[in-house]
Amino acid sequence: MNNQSPQSQDSHESTAIPKIAMRDVHKSFGAKVVLDGLDLDVARGESVVVIGGSGTGKSVMLKCVLGLLRPEQGSIKVDGEEVVGMRGKNRERVLDKFGMLFQGAALFDSLKVWENVAFGLIQGRGMSRDDAKGVALQKMAQVGLGEEVGELGPSELSGGMQKRVGLARAIATEPEIIFFDEPTTGLDPIMGDVINDLIVDCVKELGATTLSITHDLASARKIADRIAMIYKGKIIWAGPTDQVDQSGNAHVDQFIHGRAEGPIQMEVLRP
Amino acid sequence: MTAVGNNFLAAIGRIFLAFLGACGRLAVFTGTALSHCVTSPFYPRLLIRQMMSIGYYSLPVVGMTAVFTGMVLALQIYSGSSRFNAEGAVATIVVIGITRELGPVLTGLMVAGRVGAAMAAEIGTMRVTEQIDALTTLSTNPFKYLVAPRLIAGALMLPLLVLVADIIGVMGGYLVGTEKLGFNSATYLDNTFEFLEQIDVVSGLVKASAFGFIVSLMGCYHGYHSRGGAQGVGAATTNAVVSASILILAANYIITELFFDI
Repeated sequence: MNNQSPQSQDSHESTAIPKIAMRDVHKSFGAKVVLDGLDLDVARGESVVVIGGSGTGKSVMLKCVLGLLRPEQGSIKVDGEEVVGMRGKNRERVLDKFGMLFQGAALFDSLKVWENVAFGLIQGRGMSRDDAKGVALQKMAQVGLGEEVGELGPSELSGGMQKRVGLARAIATEPEIIFFDEPTTGLDPIMGDVINDLIVDCVKELGATTLSITHDLASARKIADRIAMIYKGKIIWAGPTDQVDQSGNAHVDQFIHGRAEGPIQMEVLRP
Repeated sequence: MTAVGNNFLAAIGRIFLAFLGACGRLAVFTGTALSHCVTSPFYPRLLIRQMMSIGYYSLPVVGMTAVFTGMVLALQIYSGSSRFNAEGAVATIVVIGITRELGPVLTGLMVAGRVGAAMAAEIGTMRVTEQIDALTTLSTNPFKYLVAPRLIAGALMLPLLVLVADIIGVMGGYLVGTEKLGFNSATYLDNTFEFLEQIDVVSGLVKASAFGFIVSLMGCYHGYHSRGGAQGVGAATTNAVVSASILILAANYIITELFFDI
Protein backbone atom coordinates (compact mmCIF):
# COMPACT_ATOMS: atom_id res chain seq x y z
CA MET A 1 0.00 0.00 0.00
CA ASN A 2 1.25 3.41 -0.85
CA ASN A 3 0.79 5.29 2.35
CA GLN A 4 2.54 8.43 1.32
CA SER A 5 1.30 11.31 3.39
CA PRO A 6 -0.90 13.83 1.62
CA GLN A 7 1.44 16.60 2.66
CA SER A 8 4.52 15.08 1.06
CA GLN A 9 2.65 14.39 -2.15
CA ASP A 10 1.00 17.73 -2.31
CA SER A 11 2.49 19.61 -5.20
CA HIS A 12 0.31 22.59 -4.32
CA GLU A 13 1.71 22.86 -0.82
CA SER A 14 3.66 26.02 -0.50
CA THR A 15 4.86 28.25 2.24
CA ALA A 16 1.53 30.10 2.01
CA ILE A 17 -0.99 29.38 4.77
CA PRO A 18 -3.53 26.82 3.55
CA LYS A 19 -7.14 27.98 3.45
CA ILE A 20 -8.08 24.90 5.49
CA ALA A 21 -5.58 22.83 7.43
CA MET A 22 -6.58 19.72 9.36
CA ARG A 23 -4.03 17.98 11.55
CA ASP A 24 -4.40 14.73 13.48
CA VAL A 25 -8.19 15.14 13.77
CA HIS A 26 -9.90 12.48 15.88
CA LYS A 27 -13.64 12.05 16.30
CA SER A 28 -15.51 9.12 17.82
CA PHE A 29 -19.12 8.36 18.57
CA GLY A 30 -19.07 6.13 21.63
CA ALA A 31 -16.80 3.20 20.82
CA LYS A 32 -16.95 3.87 17.07
CA VAL A 33 -13.89 5.74 15.85
CA VAL A 34 -14.83 7.77 12.76
CA LEU A 35 -11.87 10.10 12.26
CA ASP A 36 -8.59 8.60 13.37
CA GLY A 37 -5.86 11.17 12.93
CA LEU A 38 -7.00 12.82 9.72
CA ASP A 39 -4.59 15.23 7.99
CA LEU A 40 -5.61 17.33 5.01
CA ASP A 41 -4.74 20.73 3.59
CA VAL A 42 -6.78 22.71 1.09
CA ALA A 43 -4.87 25.57 -0.53
CA ARG A 44 -6.45 28.93 -1.34
CA GLY A 45 -8.52 28.69 -4.53
CA GLU A 46 -8.03 24.95 -4.76
CA SER A 47 -10.76 22.40 -5.36
CA VAL A 48 -10.20 19.23 -3.34
CA VAL A 49 -12.49 16.24 -3.55
CA VAL A 50 -12.38 13.59 -0.84
CA ILE A 51 -13.53 10.20 -2.04
CA GLY A 52 -14.27 7.17 0.06
CA GLY A 53 -16.89 4.60 0.87
CA SER A 54 -19.94 5.07 3.04
CA GLY A 55 -19.19 5.42 6.73
CA THR A 56 -15.53 6.32 6.28
CA GLY A 57 -15.91 9.74 7.92
CA LYS A 58 -16.34 12.10 4.96
CA SER A 59 -19.39 13.96 6.27
CA VAL A 60 -18.04 14.00 9.81
CA MET A 61 -14.87 15.69 8.49
CA LEU A 62 -16.91 18.51 6.92
CA LYS A 63 -19.02 18.91 10.06
CA CYS A 64 -15.89 19.16 12.20
CA VAL A 65 -14.57 22.00 10.03
CA LEU A 66 -17.92 23.81 10.26
CA GLY A 67 -18.06 23.37 14.05
CA LEU A 68 -21.23 21.28 13.87
CA LEU A 69 -19.23 18.51 15.54
CA ARG A 70 -16.28 18.98 17.86
CA PRO A 71 -13.28 16.70 17.42
CA GLU A 72 -11.78 15.19 20.58
CA GLN A 73 -8.27 15.79 19.41
CA GLY A 74 -6.39 17.59 16.67
CA SER A 75 -6.31 20.97 15.03
CA ILE A 76 -8.43 22.54 12.29
CA LYS A 77 -7.31 25.92 10.99
CA VAL A 78 -9.15 28.18 8.58
CA ASP A 79 -6.90 30.93 7.17
CA GLY A 80 -4.41 30.00 9.87
CA GLU A 81 -6.93 30.52 12.67
CA GLU A 82 -7.72 27.62 14.99
CA VAL A 83 -11.48 26.90 14.83
CA VAL A 84 -11.77 23.87 17.12
CA GLY A 85 -13.64 25.04 20.23
CA MET A 86 -14.36 28.45 18.72
CA ARG A 87 -17.72 29.85 19.88
CA GLY A 88 -20.06 32.82 19.69
CA LYS A 89 -19.22 35.81 17.50
CA ASN A 90 -15.86 34.36 16.44
CA ARG A 91 -17.55 31.21 15.20
CA GLU A 92 -20.14 33.29 13.31
CA ARG A 93 -17.36 35.38 11.75
CA VAL A 94 -15.60 32.24 10.50
CA LEU A 95 -18.86 30.68 9.29
CA ASP A 96 -19.46 33.81 7.18
CA LYS A 97 -16.65 32.52 4.96
CA PHE A 98 -18.49 29.27 4.22
CA GLY A 99 -21.23 28.11 1.91
CA MET A 100 -22.42 24.54 1.73
CA LEU A 101 -24.44 22.38 -0.63
CA PHE A 102 -25.97 19.57 1.42
CA GLN A 103 -26.50 16.03 0.17
CA GLY A 104 -30.30 16.33 0.32
CA ALA A 105 -30.14 20.08 -0.47
CA ALA A 106 -31.57 20.79 3.06
CA LEU A 107 -33.90 23.50 1.77
CA PHE A 108 -36.19 25.10 4.34
CA ASP A 109 -39.69 23.69 3.75
CA SER A 110 -41.43 26.66 5.31
CA LEU A 111 -39.89 29.18 2.88
CA LYS A 112 -40.32 29.80 -0.83
CA VAL A 113 -37.46 28.93 -3.15
CA TRP A 114 -36.25 32.52 -3.52
CA GLU A 115 -36.38 32.98 0.26
CA ASN A 116 -34.20 29.91 0.62
CA VAL A 117 -31.62 31.34 -1.77
CA ALA A 118 -31.78 34.77 -0.12
CA PHE A 119 -31.68 33.37 3.43
CA GLY A 120 -27.99 33.98 4.08
CA LEU A 121 -28.25 37.51 2.68
CA ILE A 122 -31.29 38.47 4.78
CA GLN A 123 -30.48 36.72 8.05
CA GLY A 124 -26.70 36.55 7.88
CA ARG A 125 -25.84 39.82 6.13
CA GLY A 126 -28.87 41.92 7.12
CA MET A 127 -29.79 42.79 3.52
CA SER A 128 -33.33 44.09 2.86
CA ARG A 129 -35.79 41.52 1.48
CA ASP A 130 -36.21 43.40 -1.81
CA ASP A 131 -32.48 43.66 -2.47
CA ALA A 132 -31.93 40.06 -1.39
CA LYS A 133 -34.69 38.87 -3.72
CA GLY A 134 -32.92 40.56 -6.64
CA VAL A 135 -29.64 38.82 -5.81
CA ALA A 136 -31.45 35.50 -5.25
CA LEU A 137 -33.14 35.63 -8.67
CA GLN A 138 -29.79 36.45 -10.27
CA LYS A 139 -28.13 33.46 -8.56
CA MET A 140 -31.04 31.24 -9.55
CA ALA A 141 -30.59 32.33 -13.17
CA GLN A 142 -26.91 31.41 -12.83
CA VAL A 143 -27.91 27.81 -12.05
CA GLY A 144 -30.55 27.76 -14.79
CA LEU A 145 -33.70 28.42 -12.77
CA GLY A 146 -36.30 30.94 -13.91
CA GLU A 147 -38.04 33.60 -11.82
CA GLU A 148 -41.26 31.58 -11.68
CA VAL A 149 -39.47 28.82 -9.73
CA GLY A 150 -38.69 31.36 -6.99
CA GLU A 151 -42.31 31.49 -5.88
CA LEU A 152 -42.63 27.70 -5.52
CA GLY A 153 -42.07 25.71 -2.36
CA PRO A 154 -39.08 23.30 -2.16
CA SER A 155 -41.41 20.28 -2.07
CA GLU A 156 -42.72 21.21 -5.53
CA LEU A 157 -39.26 20.78 -7.10
CA SER A 158 -37.56 17.69 -8.52
CA GLY A 159 -34.36 16.38 -6.93
CA GLY A 160 -32.18 18.03 -9.59
CA MET A 161 -33.91 21.38 -9.18
CA GLN A 162 -33.56 21.16 -5.41
CA LYS A 163 -29.82 20.60 -5.83
CA ARG A 164 -29.62 23.64 -8.10
CA VAL A 165 -31.50 25.74 -5.53
CA GLY A 166 -29.11 24.42 -2.87
CA LEU A 167 -26.18 25.45 -5.09
CA ALA A 168 -27.68 28.90 -5.65
CA ARG A 169 -28.10 29.26 -1.87
CA ALA A 170 -24.51 28.13 -1.26
CA ILE A 171 -23.09 30.75 -3.65
CA ALA A 172 -25.56 33.56 -2.86
CA THR A 173 -23.39 35.16 -0.20
CA GLU A 174 -20.29 34.73 -2.42
CA PRO A 175 -18.41 32.74 0.22
CA GLU A 176 -14.65 32.21 0.20
CA ILE A 177 -15.02 28.49 0.89
CA ILE A 178 -17.74 26.15 -0.41
CA PHE A 179 -18.37 22.58 0.77
CA PHE A 180 -20.18 20.14 -1.47
CA ASP A 181 -21.60 17.07 0.28
CA GLU A 182 -22.30 14.35 -2.29
CA PRO A 183 -23.43 16.88 -4.92
CA THR A 184 -24.55 14.29 -7.50
CA THR A 185 -25.94 11.55 -5.25
CA GLY A 186 -29.49 10.57 -6.16
CA LEU A 187 -29.42 12.29 -9.55
CA ASP A 188 -29.48 10.72 -12.99
CA PRO A 189 -26.10 10.83 -14.81
CA ILE A 190 -27.11 13.70 -17.08
CA MET A 191 -28.44 15.88 -14.27
CA GLY A 192 -25.36 14.88 -12.26
CA ASP A 193 -23.17 16.23 -15.03
CA VAL A 194 -25.24 19.42 -15.24
CA ILE A 195 -24.65 19.95 -11.50
CA ASN A 196 -20.93 19.25 -11.96
CA ASP A 197 -20.73 21.86 -14.74
CA LEU A 198 -22.61 24.37 -12.62
CA ILE A 199 -20.28 23.75 -9.70
CA VAL A 200 -17.20 24.26 -11.88
CA ASP A 201 -18.64 27.44 -13.45
CA CYS A 202 -19.84 28.95 -10.18
CA VAL A 203 -16.63 28.19 -8.34
CA LYS A 204 -14.53 29.56 -11.18
CA GLU A 205 -16.54 32.77 -11.20
CA LEU A 206 -16.28 33.21 -7.44
CA GLY A 207 -12.66 32.08 -7.19
CA ALA A 208 -13.70 30.12 -4.12
CA THR A 209 -11.83 27.35 -2.33
CA THR A 210 -13.86 24.15 -2.36
CA LEU A 211 -13.85 20.92 -0.43
CA SER A 212 -16.21 18.24 -1.71
CA ILE A 213 -16.99 14.72 -0.63
CA THR A 214 -18.35 12.12 -2.97
CA HIS A 215 -18.15 8.52 -4.04
CA ASP A 216 -18.98 9.49 -7.62
CA LEU A 217 -15.67 9.27 -9.50
CA ALA A 218 -17.01 11.02 -12.59
CA SER A 219 -18.01 13.97 -10.43
CA ALA A 220 -14.66 13.97 -8.63
CA ARG A 221 -12.70 13.98 -11.90
CA LYS A 222 -14.74 16.87 -13.20
CA ILE A 223 -14.65 19.25 -10.24
CA ALA A 224 -11.37 18.42 -8.49
CA ASP A 225 -7.90 19.91 -8.81
CA ARG A 226 -6.80 17.33 -6.32
CA ILE A 227 -8.34 14.12 -5.03
CA ALA A 228 -7.83 12.62 -1.58
CA MET A 229 -9.03 9.24 -0.45
CA ILE A 230 -10.31 8.66 3.08
CA TYR A 231 -10.33 5.19 4.60
CA LYS A 232 -10.98 4.27 8.22
CA GLY A 233 -10.86 7.92 9.27
CA LYS A 234 -7.50 8.73 7.67
CA ILE A 235 -6.44 10.25 4.37
CA ILE A 236 -4.55 7.36 2.79
CA TRP A 237 -3.73 8.98 -0.54
CA ALA A 238 -3.87 12.47 -2.04
CA GLY A 239 -2.71 13.75 -5.39
CA PRO A 240 -3.60 15.68 -8.53
CA THR A 241 -6.75 14.50 -10.28
CA ASP A 242 -4.91 13.25 -13.36
CA GLN A 243 -2.80 10.94 -11.19
CA VAL A 244 -5.68 9.13 -9.53
CA ASP A 245 -5.49 6.31 -12.12
CA GLN A 246 -1.78 5.84 -11.45
CA SER A 247 -1.91 6.28 -7.69
CA GLY A 248 -0.10 3.03 -6.98
CA ASN A 249 -2.38 2.68 -3.96
CA ALA A 250 -4.31 -0.59 -3.85
CA HIS A 251 -7.17 0.99 -1.87
CA VAL A 252 -7.58 3.80 -4.40
CA ASP A 253 -7.38 1.35 -7.32
CA GLN A 254 -10.05 -0.86 -5.79
CA PHE A 255 -12.30 2.13 -5.12
CA ILE A 256 -12.03 3.78 -8.52
CA HIS A 257 -12.60 0.49 -10.32
CA GLY A 258 -15.46 -0.45 -7.99
CA ARG A 259 -14.17 -3.93 -7.20
CA ALA A 260 -15.56 -6.00 -4.33
CA GLU A 261 -12.23 -7.83 -4.00
CA GLY A 262 -9.26 -5.96 -2.61
CA PRO A 263 -7.83 -4.50 0.58
CA ILE A 264 -11.11 -2.73 1.40
CA GLN A 265 -13.41 -5.35 2.84
CA MET A 266 -17.06 -4.44 3.31
CA GLU A 267 -18.69 -5.73 6.47
CA VAL A 268 -21.20 -7.92 4.64
CA LEU A 269 -22.28 -11.27 6.02
CA ARG A 270 -21.96 -13.90 3.31
CA PRO A 271 -24.06 -17.09 3.28
CA MET B 1 -23.31 -10.59 46.31
CA THR B 2 -24.57 -12.78 43.50
CA ALA B 3 -24.10 -12.00 39.82
CA VAL B 4 -27.84 -11.41 39.47
CA GLY B 5 -27.72 -8.88 42.30
CA ASN B 6 -24.74 -7.12 40.72
CA ASN B 7 -26.50 -6.93 37.36
CA PHE B 8 -29.61 -5.56 39.02
CA LEU B 9 -27.63 -2.84 40.81
CA ALA B 10 -25.72 -2.04 37.62
CA ALA B 11 -28.99 -1.64 35.72
CA ILE B 12 -30.34 0.73 38.37
CA GLY B 13 -27.07 2.68 38.24
CA ARG B 14 -27.23 2.97 34.45
CA ILE B 15 -30.82 4.20 34.55
CA PHE B 16 -29.95 6.75 37.26
CA LEU B 17 -26.91 8.00 35.33
CA ALA B 18 -28.95 8.25 32.13
CA PHE B 19 -31.59 10.24 34.04
CA LEU B 20 -28.95 12.61 35.43
CA GLY B 21 -27.48 12.99 31.95
CA ALA B 22 -30.89 13.85 30.49
CA CYS B 23 -31.51 16.40 33.28
CA GLY B 24 -28.11 17.98 32.57
CA ARG B 25 -28.77 18.16 28.82
CA LEU B 26 -32.18 19.71 29.41
CA ALA B 27 -30.72 22.25 31.87
CA VAL B 28 -28.01 23.26 29.38
CA PHE B 29 -30.57 23.47 26.56
CA THR B 30 -32.88 25.62 28.71
CA GLY B 31 -30.06 27.94 29.79
CA THR B 32 -28.82 28.35 26.22
CA ALA B 33 -32.33 28.96 24.92
CA LEU B 34 -33.10 31.55 27.61
CA SER B 35 -29.86 33.41 26.91
CA HIS B 36 -30.82 33.61 23.23
CA CYS B 37 -34.30 34.91 24.15
CA VAL B 38 -32.78 38.08 25.60
CA THR B 39 -29.92 38.78 23.18
CA SER B 40 -30.11 40.13 19.62
CA PRO B 41 -30.74 39.45 16.80
CA PHE B 42 -34.49 39.02 17.30
CA TYR B 43 -36.85 37.70 14.67
CA PRO B 44 -40.19 39.56 15.09
CA ARG B 45 -41.67 38.01 11.94
CA LEU B 46 -41.04 34.50 13.31
CA LEU B 47 -42.32 35.49 16.75
CA ILE B 48 -45.60 36.73 15.26
CA ARG B 49 -45.92 33.55 13.19
CA GLN B 50 -45.44 31.42 16.32
CA MET B 51 -47.87 33.56 18.31
CA MET B 52 -50.47 32.98 15.62
CA SER B 53 -49.74 29.26 15.52
CA ILE B 54 -49.83 28.77 19.31
CA GLY B 55 -52.52 31.32 20.15
CA TYR B 56 -54.95 32.00 17.34
CA TYR B 57 -54.99 28.53 15.79
CA SER B 58 -55.42 26.86 19.20
CA LEU B 59 -58.57 28.85 19.96
CA PRO B 60 -61.06 26.29 18.57
CA VAL B 61 -59.64 23.32 20.47
CA VAL B 62 -59.21 25.34 23.67
CA GLY B 63 -62.69 26.83 23.35
CA MET B 64 -64.32 23.43 22.86
CA THR B 65 -62.41 21.98 25.82
CA ALA B 66 -63.39 24.91 28.04
CA VAL B 67 -67.07 24.97 27.19
CA PHE B 68 -67.62 21.27 27.82
CA THR B 69 -65.51 21.35 30.98
CA GLY B 70 -67.55 24.26 32.36
CA MET B 71 -70.80 22.48 31.47
CA VAL B 72 -69.85 19.16 33.04
CA LEU B 73 -68.41 20.90 36.07
CA ALA B 74 -71.73 22.63 36.72
CA LEU B 75 -73.56 19.31 36.43
CA GLN B 76 -71.18 17.46 38.73
CA ILE B 77 -71.06 20.15 41.39
CA TYR B 78 -74.83 20.46 41.36
CA SER B 79 -75.17 16.71 41.69
CA GLY B 80 -72.57 16.48 44.48
CA SER B 81 -73.57 19.58 46.42
CA SER B 82 -77.25 18.60 46.42
CA ARG B 83 -76.28 15.84 48.88
CA PHE B 84 -75.79 18.49 51.56
CA ASN B 85 -78.17 21.15 50.22
CA ALA B 86 -75.43 23.44 48.91
CA GLU B 87 -76.64 23.81 45.31
CA GLY B 88 -76.23 27.58 45.57
CA ALA B 89 -72.44 27.14 45.50
CA VAL B 90 -72.42 25.83 41.93
CA ALA B 91 -71.59 29.15 40.25
CA THR B 92 -68.81 30.00 42.74
CA ILE B 93 -67.18 26.58 42.56
CA VAL B 94 -67.38 26.54 38.77
CA VAL B 95 -65.63 29.89 38.41
CA ILE B 96 -62.95 29.08 40.99
CA GLY B 97 -62.42 25.60 39.58
CA ILE B 98 -62.10 26.94 36.05
CA THR B 99 -59.87 29.94 36.74
CA ARG B 100 -57.56 28.30 39.26
CA GLU B 101 -57.18 24.79 37.88
CA LEU B 102 -59.13 23.47 34.95
CA GLY B 103 -58.63 26.44 32.64
CA PRO B 104 -54.82 26.52 32.79
CA VAL B 105 -54.24 22.77 33.15
CA LEU B 106 -56.60 21.62 30.41
CA THR B 107 -55.45 24.42 28.09
CA GLY B 108 -51.83 23.47 28.78
CA LEU B 109 -52.51 19.80 28.06
CA MET B 110 -54.47 20.53 24.89
CA VAL B 111 -51.80 22.88 23.60
CA ALA B 112 -49.14 20.29 24.48
CA GLY B 113 -50.96 17.84 22.24
CA ARG B 114 -51.53 20.29 19.42
CA VAL B 115 -48.55 22.64 19.44
CA GLY B 116 -45.85 20.71 21.35
CA ALA B 117 -46.22 17.75 19.00
CA ALA B 118 -46.13 19.99 15.93
CA MET B 119 -43.00 21.77 17.17
CA ALA B 120 -41.17 18.52 17.87
CA ALA B 121 -42.16 17.13 14.47
CA GLU B 122 -41.14 20.29 12.59
CA ILE B 123 -37.81 20.82 14.36
CA GLY B 124 -37.13 17.06 14.36
CA THR B 125 -37.65 16.89 10.60
CA MET B 126 -35.38 19.89 10.18
CA ARG B 127 -32.75 18.08 12.25
CA VAL B 128 -32.84 14.80 10.32
CA THR B 129 -32.91 16.54 6.91
CA GLU B 130 -29.89 18.70 7.88
CA GLN B 131 -31.90 21.93 7.75
CA ILE B 132 -30.62 22.88 11.21
CA ASP B 133 -27.03 22.35 10.03
CA ALA B 134 -27.89 24.47 6.98
CA LEU B 135 -29.07 27.27 9.28
CA THR B 136 -25.71 27.23 11.04
CA THR B 137 -23.77 27.39 7.77
CA LEU B 138 -25.93 30.38 6.77
CA SER B 139 -24.68 32.31 9.84
CA THR B 140 -27.97 31.86 11.68
CA ASN B 141 -28.05 30.48 15.19
CA PRO B 142 -30.74 27.75 15.38
CA PHE B 143 -31.47 28.64 19.01
CA LYS B 144 -32.24 32.23 18.07
CA TYR B 145 -34.10 31.37 14.87
CA LEU B 146 -36.05 28.28 15.93
CA VAL B 147 -36.14 27.98 19.71
CA ALA B 148 -36.33 31.53 21.12
CA PRO B 149 -39.42 32.66 19.13
CA ARG B 150 -41.28 29.50 20.16
CA LEU B 151 -40.42 29.86 23.85
CA ILE B 152 -41.42 33.53 23.95
CA ALA B 153 -44.61 32.90 21.97
CA GLY B 154 -45.55 29.98 24.25
CA ALA B 155 -45.05 31.98 27.45
CA LEU B 156 -46.98 34.97 26.05
CA MET B 157 -49.88 33.26 24.31
CA LEU B 158 -50.93 30.62 26.86
CA PRO B 159 -52.16 33.27 29.38
CA LEU B 160 -54.30 34.82 26.63
CA LEU B 161 -55.67 31.41 25.70
CA VAL B 162 -56.41 30.65 29.34
CA LEU B 163 -58.19 33.98 29.73
CA VAL B 164 -60.42 32.99 26.80
CA ALA B 165 -60.84 29.48 28.24
CA ASP B 166 -61.85 30.96 31.62
CA ILE B 167 -64.55 33.08 30.02
CA ILE B 168 -65.85 30.27 27.80
CA GLY B 169 -65.73 27.75 30.67
CA VAL B 170 -67.72 30.02 32.96
CA MET B 171 -70.17 30.59 30.12
CA GLY B 172 -70.55 26.82 29.74
CA GLY B 173 -71.36 26.52 33.43
CA TYR B 174 -73.79 29.45 33.14
CA LEU B 175 -75.60 27.81 30.21
CA VAL B 176 -76.10 24.52 32.06
CA GLY B 177 -76.92 26.34 35.30
CA THR B 178 -79.60 28.53 33.78
CA GLU B 179 -80.99 26.29 31.04
CA LYS B 180 -80.87 22.86 32.68
CA LEU B 181 -80.53 23.30 36.42
CA GLY B 182 -83.05 26.14 36.70
CA PHE B 183 -80.85 28.87 38.23
CA ASN B 184 -81.92 32.46 37.77
CA SER B 185 -79.56 34.17 35.31
CA ALA B 186 -78.85 37.25 37.45
CA THR B 187 -78.37 35.16 40.61
CA TYR B 188 -75.96 32.82 38.85
CA LEU B 189 -73.85 35.72 37.58
CA ASP B 190 -73.92 37.41 41.00
CA ASN B 191 -72.73 34.20 42.65
CA THR B 192 -70.05 33.83 39.98
CA PHE B 193 -68.43 37.18 40.64
CA GLU B 194 -69.21 37.70 44.33
CA PHE B 195 -66.57 35.35 45.68
CA LEU B 196 -64.14 35.52 42.77
CA GLU B 197 -60.84 37.10 43.82
CA GLN B 198 -58.07 38.59 41.74
CA ILE B 199 -55.61 35.91 42.83
CA ASP B 200 -57.85 33.17 41.39
CA VAL B 201 -57.43 34.58 37.90
CA VAL B 202 -53.84 35.80 38.30
CA SER B 203 -52.59 32.45 39.63
CA GLY B 204 -54.19 30.75 36.62
CA LEU B 205 -52.51 33.14 34.20
CA VAL B 206 -49.10 32.71 35.85
CA LYS B 207 -49.55 28.95 35.61
CA ALA B 208 -50.51 29.37 31.95
CA SER B 209 -47.33 31.27 31.19
CA ALA B 210 -45.25 28.55 32.85
CA PHE B 211 -47.16 25.82 30.99
CA GLY B 212 -46.68 27.64 27.66
CA PHE B 213 -42.95 27.79 28.31
CA ILE B 214 -42.90 24.09 29.22
CA VAL B 215 -44.83 23.05 26.10
CA SER B 216 -42.52 25.02 23.78
CA LEU B 217 -39.39 23.91 25.63
CA MET B 218 -40.29 20.22 25.40
CA GLY B 219 -41.30 20.53 21.73
CA CYS B 220 -38.03 22.27 20.84
CA TYR B 221 -35.81 20.09 23.05
CA HIS B 222 -37.07 16.76 21.77
CA GLY B 223 -37.21 17.98 18.17
CA TYR B 224 -33.70 19.43 18.35
CA HIS B 225 -32.26 16.17 19.68
CA SER B 226 -34.19 13.81 17.43
CA ARG B 227 -32.14 11.24 15.54
CA GLY B 228 -32.62 8.50 13.00
CA GLY B 229 -35.16 9.57 10.40
CA ALA B 230 -38.92 9.19 10.55
CA GLN B 231 -38.86 6.86 13.56
CA GLY B 232 -36.72 9.34 15.51
CA VAL B 233 -39.07 12.19 14.66
CA GLY B 234 -42.05 10.09 15.75
CA ALA B 235 -40.36 9.27 19.06
CA ALA B 236 -39.49 12.96 19.56
CA THR B 237 -43.12 13.93 19.03
CA THR B 238 -44.37 11.36 21.54
CA ASN B 239 -41.71 12.32 24.09
CA ALA B 240 -42.50 16.01 23.69
CA VAL B 241 -46.20 15.50 24.46
CA VAL B 242 -45.67 13.05 27.31
CA SER B 243 -42.91 15.04 29.03
CA ALA B 244 -44.76 18.34 28.60
CA SER B 245 -47.93 16.83 30.08
CA ILE B 246 -46.13 15.40 33.10
CA LEU B 247 -44.15 18.60 33.69
CA ILE B 248 -47.36 20.66 33.43
CA LEU B 249 -49.01 18.56 36.14
CA ALA B 250 -45.93 18.73 38.37
CA ALA B 251 -45.48 22.48 37.83
CA ASN B 252 -49.20 22.96 38.55
CA TYR B 253 -48.76 21.49 42.01
CA ILE B 254 -45.65 23.55 42.76
CA ILE B 255 -47.15 26.84 41.58
CA THR B 256 -50.40 26.17 43.47
CA GLU B 257 -48.46 25.61 46.66
CA LEU B 258 -46.37 28.75 46.11
CA PHE B 259 -49.41 30.93 45.39
CA PHE B 260 -51.79 29.76 48.08
CA ASP B 261 -49.24 28.90 50.79
CA ILE B 262 -51.42 26.08 52.14
